[in-house]
Amino acid sequence: MSEKQEKATAYWKENVRYLFILLAIWFVVSFGAGILFKDALDSIKIGGFKLGFWFAQQGSIYVFVILIFVYVRLMNKLDKKYGYNE
Amino acid sequence: MSVQNWTYILVGLTFALYIGIAIYSRAGSTKDFYVAGGGVSPLANGMATAADWMSAASFISMAGIISFAGYDGSVYLMGWTGGYVLLALLLAPYLRKFGKFTVPDFIGDRYYSKTARIVAVICALIVSFTYVAGQMRGVGVVFSRFLQVDINTGVIIGMIIVLFYAVLGGMKGITYTQVAQYCVLIFAFMVPAIFISIQMTGNPIPQLGMGSTLNDGSGTFLLDKLDGLSTELGFNEYTNGSKSLTDVFAITLALMVGTAGLPHVIVRFFTVKKVKDARKSAGLALLLIAILYTTAPAVAVFAKTNLINTVSNEEYSSMPVWFKNWEETGLLAFDDKNADGKIQYVADKEKNELTIDNDIMVLANPEIADLPAWVIALVAAGGLAAALSTAAGLLLVISASVSHDLVKKVFNPNISDKAELWVARGAATVAVAIAGYFGINPPGFVAAVVALAFGLAAASFFPAIVLGIFYKKMNKEGAISGMVVGIILMLFYMTKFKFGWFGGGTEADWWFGISPEGFGSIAMIANFIVAIIVLQFTPEPPEDVQEIVENIRIPSGAGEATGH
Repeated sequence: MSEKQEKATAYWKENVRYLFILLAIWFVVSFGAGILFKDALDSIKIGGFKLGFWFAQQGSIYVFVILIFVYVRLMNKLDKKYGYNE
Repeated sequence: MSVQNWTYILVGLTFALYIGIAIYSRAGSTKDFYVAGGGVSPLANGMATAADWMSAASFISMAGIISFAGYDGSVYLMGWTGGYVLLALLLAPYLRKFGKFTVPDFIGDRYYSKTARIVAVICALIVSFTYVAGQMRGVGVVFSRFLQVDINTGVIIGMIIVLFYAVLGGMKGITYTQVAQYCVLIFAFMVPAIFISIQMTGNPIPQLGMGSTLNDGSGTFLLDKLDGLSTELGFNEYTNGSKSLTDVFAITLALMVGTAGLPHVIVRFFTVKKVKDARKSAGLALLLIAILYTTAPAVAVFAKTNLINTVSNEEYSSMPVWFKNWEETGLLAFDDKNADGKIQYVADKEKNELTIDNDIMVLANPEIADLPAWVIALVAAGGLAAALSTAAGLLLVISASVSHDLVKKVFNPNISDKAELWVARGAATVAVAIAGYFGINPPGFVAAVVALAFGLAAASFFPAIVLGIFYKKMNKEGAISGMVVGIILMLFYMTKFKFGWFGGGTEADWWFGISPEGFGSIAMIANFIVAIIVLQFTPEPPEDVQEIVENIRIPSGAGEATGH
């Protein structure tokens, strides 16, 4: 494998690792907290919100926004590390 | 000044603005027409994507649907926002790097096959047409309710406006009108929400007001109050649903994956300069969408509580003016079954005397809360902005599918850029006419099918694109059979349970207890499985295609989008 290709493979591996972590969080806040464990979380109340209901109608959306911006930052750093930034 | 005059002024001003932008940003080449020249800034693209994405359904109907569905309405909130995470992480950057004009472009090149391209074009047309008919109808409805023009005249006015800037400006015109439309629609959605939040809870931020205590000095939390009112009248608790866990899970997944697979959203990311910009603008788009999507559930709670307080067990004769106004439109209907002169709004269908259309929760909300006339007029302008921006985005996908993917790539590869531009304009005109026809004569199936467009997108595009990027060895045989099986399975299930074809069936016959709205998840999984099985028995993709895949995984050297 050429050096160029090794670099590309290493970059891709790190990228996929980030994706796994971020998508795991994506799954946990929506399908986990908002659906599968909604009833259990509902026993906790924050202000007027039952926690499971809050995740389903508010919290998951906030986390989605944060996830994309974290991804943008991570990838910008990764691009720099491998010299792919322009 | 009356509501009517305010509406004329605001709608007139916003329309003049859209037309002005269209004239200013005319398309000079196919590149302008398909991808706005490829130099759109991430923020402008984020705003345009948000307006493109938020349709009449998001603006007018969603809060109302949640209002009546309570927790079950969460599937739309999570489904229609969570898809952007998939889009940003799994699709947008790589498709931008690939650097072509349309989604069938990617499928056709990546799977080195005309068949794959044509299958993708057919899927794109099915998805976009079902969607656009609903938008034109939405335009007509807003016109008829707020400006007292005939619904058909409303559709025709809407058609002319869209025609003007979509045909003249293509993606370039659409992008900058969508930026303006985003501003109009978000302002129109937030102003009444903030007013009502202050009225009911004293908190000016609706997202927080929803979880606050009522303003009446009782110290009760708004949501507890609404849960109480709901159960009193025999409904489910607002914060608990009635759908099964499996179905909620399946619908949410189908909507998320479908959102990520919708061609009119994906193409927006072809318009930015760099891969880096594609990622950033996906984040900005979701942030801008989230403003409306986190406010909508708050509006739903405010409106429902307000409504129950105003009507439940009150004398019909003492109803406020808005009640009579909306009765005339047929969105509210009162039938005094027990002839006591009072309104019984209860869960029991035999005894319930009030039928309420979902849409009223947003459209009549400012009147119910007694807000000033200009706020009511603003809602009309916002609803129109939402419907027009989405319709324009869809029309562009339709016209590009015809002029670029069929005419240029399949029938006549030697067509000149100028001629292709004219074919694109012609296709857009025909598409507007067809959409307008369906807006005026809505076939009964439109409403039922719009929600299913997501299932179709999930079952066809999403697996083919994701495998194309993340599975280098995926070949054309696998991808094509996956797409075909996915979309046919979805079409079969939805026609069986929605239209009663193939013997029909009721809820009891649903496979795994999953509704047609959620079945896109199953069809998507079937697509993946079929693709991977077929791959085992068919030859690997050629070396140069595998190189394309290697290349799109690296962000640098994206260059600008090209059609060649």
